[in-house]
Formats: sequence, C-alpha cells, structure tokens
Amino acid sequence: MPWLSILMGVPVLGALAVAAVPRGNAKLAKQLTLGVSLVVLVLTLLMAFQFEAGGPRDQFSEVYQWIPAFGVHYAVAVDGIALVLIALAVVLVPIVVLASWHDAERADAKRSVKTYFALILVLEAMMIGVFAATDVFLFYVFFEAMLIPMYFMIGSYGGAQRSYAAVKFLLYSLFGGLLMLVAVIALYASAGKGTFLQPELIGAITDPNTQKWLFLGFFIAFAVKAPLWPFHTWLPDAAAQAPAGAAVLLVGVLDKVGTYGMLRFCLELFPDAAKFFTPMVITLSVIGIVYGAIVAIGQTDMKRLIAYTSISHFGFITMGVFALTADAGAGATLYMVNHGFSTGALFLLAGFLIHRRGSQYIADYGGVQKVAPVLAGTFLVAGLSSLSLPGLSTFVSEFLVLVGTFERYAVPAIIALSGMVLAAVYVLWMYQRMMGGPTAESVRGFPDLNLREKFVVAPLIALLIGFGFFPKPLLDVINPAVQETLTSVQAPQFTPAIPAAADQKGAGE
Amino acid sequence: MSALSAVAIDPPTIEYGELAPMLLVFGAAIVGVLVEAFTPRYLRKSIQMPITLLSLAGAFALTVWQGLQGVRSAAAMGAIAVDGPSLFIWGAILLLAIVSVLLINDDDHFVAQASAVPGSAEEDQAISDGGAHTEIYPLVLFAVGGMLLFPASNDLLIMFVALEVMSLPLYLLCGLARRRRLLSQEAAMKYFLLGAFSSAFFLYGTALLYGFAGSVDLAAVQEALANVGGQDALLFIGTAMLGVGLLFKIGAAPFQAWKPDVYQGAPTPITALMASGTLIAAFGALLRVFWVALGDLDTEWQPVLWAVAILTMVVGAILAITQTDIKRMLAYSSIAHTGFLLTAVVATGGAEQNTQALAGILFYLVTYGFATVGAFAVVTMVRDAGGEAGHLSRWAGLGKRAPALAGIFALFLLAFAGIPLTSGFFGKYAVFAPAVAGGATGLVIVGVVTSAMAAFFYVRVIVLMFFSDPAPEGPTIAVPTIGTAAVVAISAAATVVLGVFPQPVLDLAHSAAQSLFVR
Repeated sequence: MPWLSILMGVPVLGALAVAAVPRGNAKLAKQLTLGVSLVVLVLTLLMAFQFEAGGPRDQFSEVYQWIPAFGVHYAVAVDGIALVLIALAVVLVPIVVLASWHDAERADAKRSVKTYFALILVLEAMMIGVFAATDVFLFYVFFEAMLIPMYFMIGSYGGAQRSYAAVKFLLYSLFGGLLMLVAVIALYASAGKGTFLQPELIGAITDPNTQKWLFLGFFIAFAVKAPLWPFHTWLPDAAAQAPAGAAVLLVGVLDKVGTYGMLRFCLELFPDAAKFFTPMVITLSVIGIVYGAIVAIGQTDMKRLIAYTSISHFGFITMGVFALTADAGAGATLYMVNHGFSTGALFLLAGFLIHRRGSQYIADYGGVQKVAPVLAGTFLVAGLSSLSLPGLSTFVSEFLVLVGTFERYAVPAIIALSGMVLAAVYVLWMYQRMMGGPTAESVRGFPDLNLREKFVVAPLIALLIGFGFFPKPLLDVINPAVQETLTSVQAPQFTPAIPAAADQKGAGE
Repeated sequence: MSALSAVAIDPPTIEYGELAPMLLVFGAAIVGVLVEAFTPRYLRKSIQMPITLLSLAGAFALTVWQGLQGVRSAAAMGAIAVDGPSLFIWGAILLLAIVSVLLINDDDHFVAQASAVPGSAEEDQAISDGGAHTEIYPLVLFAVGGMLLFPASNDLLIMFVALEVMSLPLYLLCGLARRRRLLSQEAAMKYFLLGAFSSAFFLYGTALLYGFAGSVDLAAVQEALANVGGQDALLFIGTAMLGVGLLFKIGAAPFQAWKPDVYQGAPTPITALMASGTLIAAFGALLRVFWVALGDLDTEWQPVLWAVAILTMVVGAILAITQTDIKRMLAYSSIAHTGFLLTAVVATGGAEQNTQALAGILFYLVTYGFATVGAFAVVTMVRDAGGEAGHLSRWAGLGKRAPALAGIFALFLLAFAGIPLTSGFFGKYAVFAPAVAGGATGLVIVGVVTSAMAAFFYVRVIVLMFFSDPAPEGPTIAVPTIGTAAVVAISAAATVVLGVFPQPVLDLAHSAAQSLFVR
C-alpha cells in the first residue's frame, strides 16, 4: 500500500475540498479541515504501527520516475528519524486547526477563513513530503515550495508587521534555498550517477574539496532554515507576526527540516566535510544556545521570547547532530520532536492569552493564575518543558544531547549547560511576571480555558509528560536510524571493530 | 550579353515543403494587405482575424508535421536551416503568437487613427467614428514571419533580412497604443532609432566577417576559422559587431536600455508578443551565430559573454527593484531572465554538453514565454479611467478585489521567481544544470544570488496585492473577452503543468536539440 503517497494525497484533496466550500460557510470549512487532519493522523498511526523498528532502514518505499531527463524520481520512504518527524507534523496539525478556530476571522481584517485552513492542509502535505523524500531533488522541491503556503499564512493572517515579517521570512529562506540549488546541481554533476536518489549518492563524492563546497551549499540553507546563529534574525519577526497556529507549524515543524536536512543530507552525503566543519558548527551552536537564551531573557513580547528560546534549543539540536555520537544523535532527533510539542504548547497558550487580552507584551499581563488557573497551570507545564525539567520529555532529549556531546567535546557541552540555567531564568521570570503577582486590571475578566482550548492543550501536555517518563517507543524507532547515519558517516575512516567514541577521544585530546 | 546568357545557370532549388510554415505566414500577411486594400472598413476585422489565426495555426500544424517527419536539412541552397532547434523554436513562436493574437483581438488597446496628432480634434473624431487599425494583423504576421526566419537563417545576410522583417513591423506596432499615445510614440521612436543602430552594427559585422571568410554562410565562416590566417582584426571586430546587434535584440546589458521604455509604451498585447516571440527568435539567432559560425572561437567570446551575462543579471535584478510601473518591472525582469539564459549559452563543450545546454535554453524559452504572455494579459485587465493601471500602487489590495485574477498573477510571479512546482523552476534548473556541468559555476552562483534579489520585487507585488489594503478608488477589473480569458487560462495551465510534469516538453526539447544545429 502506498502509505506515504496516501498521506500526502489526503491533505491535498482535503485542501481542494476546503477551498471549494462556498464563501460564508466558514464553519464547514473548519470542520472539514479538522476531519481531514484527523484522518491523516489516524492513517499515520496505522502506518507507524507497521513500521519495523529493527527492519531495513527505508520502509514504505515508493520509487517512480518523475523527470527522467534530469534523473529525478518521485521517491519517498521513511526511516525512524523521518517517521517521528512526520508523526510530529500530523499530530500538531489537528491541534493547530482546533487552536486556530477563530484566528483567521479577526474583526479588523476581512480574510477568507477557508483559505487559511486550506493552506494549513497544503502545508501538511508538503511537511510529510519533505521528510519522506529520499530523492535530493524532490526534497529540494518540497523544501522550497513549502515556503509559499507559510508565506501567505504569515502575510495574510499575521499581526501588524506581517508583510515585513513574511517577506523577510521568504527572502531569507529563498536565498538559502537557492544556494542549495547550486549545490544540488553540482552534486548531480560531480557525482555523475545520473540520479538524485539519496541512497545511491551516499559515498559518491570523494574529492574532499568538492565535498566541502557542496556541504556549505546545503548547510547554509539548513542553517537559515533551522535557524542557527547568525542566520536567525528572520525567526523572531516571523514567529512574532505569524498567527499562533502558523507559528507552531513554522517553529515546530518547518524549522526541523533544517536540522533534519543536516542529519540526513549534510552528514550522509558529505561525511568528510562534515567532520572538517564540525568545530565550526559546534561553535555556532554553542553561541546560539547562549545567545538565544540571553536575548530571550530581555524580550518584552512573549512570542518573540518563545522564538528566541527556540534559537537556543536549535543550538542544542545542531550540536547534538554534529557531535557525531550515538547518544547525541538520538538526543537531537528526540529533541526535534519534543521541541515541537513543547514550543507548540507555549505558542498556542500564548495565542490564547493574546486572544483574550489583545496584546503580546508581557507587561500587559499580571496575576493571571488567580482568574484563569488552568490556563496558568498549563502555561507553567509548557514553560517547564522548555527549561527541560526532569520528568518532561525535553529533559530526556537535552540530557542525551549533553551526554553525547560531552563524550567528545567536553568544553562546548559545559558551556551549553549554562543554556539550561538561563532557560530557567527566562521561563520562570516570564511566568512570574504574567501569571504571578496581583491581578492586573486588564486581566480581571479573563475566562479560563474553554473546552476547545482544553482539547488543544491536553494532548500536548500528555505527550510531554508521557514521553518524559517513557521515551522508549520513540527512542526504539530513532536509535537504529541514527546508528545507520553515523555508520555511513564514519565508514570511510574507521573500521567497525573499533568503537567510534574511543577512537575519537584519543584523537581529539 | 549573349555570351553570358549562353552559360547555363542552375536555378536555385527551394524546398518549398520545408519552408511551408514560413511561407504560409508570409502569404497570409500579403493577403492581409490585399484585404486592407480591397474590402470595406467594416468587414476588415472579421476577415483579418480568421486569416491571422488560421494561418498561424496552419503554420503550427505544418511545423508539427515536419517535426514528426524528422526533417533536418539546410533548405534553400543552405540559406535556411530547418533543423531540430528551428522546428522547436518555430513551434514555440507560433503558439505564443496565436496566444498573443488572441490578446491583440481586443480592439481596446490600439489607436483609432495613428496619424492623428494626440489630443487633436482629429483624434476625437476618429475615436467617435469607432475606427480601428486592422493593419495590425498583417503587421503582426510579417513580424511573426520574421521571427520564424531569424533563428532559422543559416546565412548572415538572410539573418539580416529576417532581422529587419521582424523589427520594422514591431517598430510600427509599438506606436499604436490607444492611451498615453505620446509615451507610445516615444517608445516607437526610441525602439526604431536604437534598433536601426543595432541593425547597422549587425550589417557591418556581417561585412567584416565576409571580408574574413569570403562568405556569409555560417558553415563557411566556421570553416574559415581553421583555414584563414592573419585576418584576426576582421574576425574579432566583425564578431563583436554581430554580437552587439544580437545582444541588443535579446536585451542584454549594456544594450538593454530600450526594453523598459518600449515594453511600457507599446500596446500591452504587442509587448506580450515582443517579450515572448522576439526573445525566442533572437536567442535562436544568437545561438546559431555563436555556436555554429563562431563555435570554434568559443575561448575568445566566452569571457565576453560571461561578463555580459553577469552584467545583465545584475542590472535586470537591481533596476527592477526601483520600478514603480508594472510593465517596466516586467521589462527589467525580462532583462534578468535574459541573463539567466545567457549562462547556458556560455556553457559550451562537447556534443553532449551542447545538447543539454541547448535543450535547457529551449525549455526555458517556452516556460518563460508562456508566463510572460500570461502576465501581460493580466496587466491588460487591470484598468483605470485612463487605461491600464500601470502604477504599482494601484495594484494594492487586488487580492481582495479580484482574488482569482490576483492569484493567477501571483502564480506567474512565482514562476518568474523560480519557485518549485511552477514552470519557472524547471526552466531555471534546465539552464543552470548544464551551466554548472559546463564549468560556469561562478555564473550560476551569480544567477542564484540575482534570483534571490529578483524574488524580492516579485514578492513585493504579491505583498501589494494580498497583504495591503485596497486603494480607496482602486482600478476596475475589466470583464475579460473570451480571447483574453483564454490567454490567461492557457498560460496559467502551461505554468502549472510544466511545473509539475515537465517531462514531455523536456523530451521534445531534447530530441530537438539532439542533432544540434545543421551546418
């Protein structure tokens, strides 16, 4: 059964159906969108249960010729890493749809509600496609094409500075993407294999210099997307101006394409270059971790604050990816998923607050916990997950990243630890200013979470706590794939008999 | 006298069958002139329109038929090359001409009486009489015929004739805009003067190359490169002058100055024809001269074309950012695209490499041609009291006023920007890939950087249309005639289909490029 094609086809058809809903019947459009996204979720779960964790690397593989003239295939498959990221996307979409129920229909903006929801579904199809693509060209197509629905979601439905933010987002991403296009073309030309299929291209580039240039082409695109310091400046603007639901998908899923691409393409296709550039990437990551955290502390706008915390967390993820140890790799992958849930919860709760108060400035709130205890409580849990409190899923991943990095790069790991301390400062201080203290006049009439909003938050909190205590199901799926990635990175240099970590320790000190 | 006539002269052989598409277009143009002379005014349009469309469609059918026959030869004593690239280019030009004629059919764009002084009582009289110049149709046919001959000519002299046959009607047509007539006449004048200069350059270059090779035949010039020594001055100056003439026609920097003025001033349907058809024809001719006649000189001209390509991309992308008129912006965008195409012209190498590059260029020309015609068709529909709403500020909020139209225009803009799943992406890929393979990676990097810059001004229009509030007394959206609606629909469909499933057209371009140019 062509699972992945079905997973992509259903939301596309759903988007067409939503777009065809007659104008003025916004409710039907929303219900239809929710229904379609739930169908996709169910289908993904069905697929996931058939995934053999210890089986072959790429499963549910489909390969068809698409453009023979360029050697391009429609080739999709999932390994453990892709599977959990697709799962992340399809879990977040229905939640976002439910959370965005009233986002598109603000009084000051006459917007087409159904368009917003159709765009979400188009984006969902592309998110599944980009993680499933095993053809470099197909990956690139999704990588670039998914900018367009997000661009319209930010630009048409965002805050006051929306068009500036949307254009900045698009141009940054496009610029990175176009550099990647050169690298994609050069990869094809210098590999000389006449195909873009990623498994066949592994090991095809042997010349060290070519590897380095191609690595940079791909890496810059991913670093812009992820975003890694110093390519991050678009993210706070985009995330702050996007409607809450779009911000969740942007930071929670779209940005993961960057870190996923580093793992899947930069490491596997250009292993020697990846090792060459590791010190640089680790340095940038550590700078990002500390910088993002410190700047987050200084933010007055809660959406910008969450965006900067994400820059800090993306630093952890890239550090884990490039530490090239099994623990760090697994931790980084797990972090991609957990960060999606954690940031998603924070953004959505921030969205609920903004919907009530009409302001995203922290200073406009105060004492919310007295009038809306459930809202404040869930906000606290989401915030604690952002600072990686033990017992919440993000702790597992952050711990794994740090342990794995420490095995090889002790000093960066120690510096990165300060990111956890700073995280406590920005989260708890934000909580204290917004939720604690005397109840502000403007907050007095706040209703607590209604049923719809509880349905939005409950699954996220459940996932954060559930995977915090029992991350095994995810790790079982992730570990073999990460192992294989690391094997293909190190294959040319190390004989399998020698443990990779021990060897590197000796060489590094 | 008698001695001369006694020598038996073999009459030249003309392969009428192979030249049929061109002959049909020229024949129809002459019939059109006769119609103008002998039929009453009120009947003319209803006769001219079918003649024009039918002859173009017939010529297209003949081209397809020849393509199926696999005709590959140098016809008319080697003066006209009917080979794969020619046939492909003919097909593309004829299709785009048909589409453009559907736009031209809309009377509203053309002046009632061209000879009336703008703003005079005579002009008012002509307008109230409801006059219209039906001469437009034969003029368009002559121009299209020239476009067909230009890229197929295998001989510099024929190429010059074709250049003139193509250009002269266009000079005239540019001056026939119904509104803002002074601008239109200025555009025609500029185009004519600059065009005449460039023709002179071309002709002088031809003369010098004749001096070098002793022949104007492209193949003979190529042979002479190996055999003739000590005439380098003639060769290089001649090459440079030919280059000036051809680069002017494609609008490459530093010879691009005419493009924005002419595109803005000309009636929009004519702009659409020029931006698609003329560009394709001129690229065909450029390739023929540089690849066939001067192919063995590539180490000499490549550095120059490198510089020209870089300059063209940069000038097009940067100046477009500052434009406030939609047609001028599209003109600068066309300049930038010319630069992208030049990256593949430079990427010569072995036969396989040349085939890839040629196929890429052919494919790009088709994708760009359709998107351009579609974009200009949309421009004709957004109107103010004084005609088309050219100023960009007038387009603010169009996405709310006319979501479908704005959506389609956004699609064309995204195609120009080269976003995946639109035709423009594969077009760009098709020229950049051979350029990288041919060692022009530097050019491609400049290309993607300027693409990113270009994306900025395309995106800016989308921002205006969708994210800005509508202007209080915004433009009206003309109810499209069937022709205009068809143009927009065809172009949008081509943009999407070529963006998702480009393989058939790529195959066609490859098979056309397979044999390269006949010599």
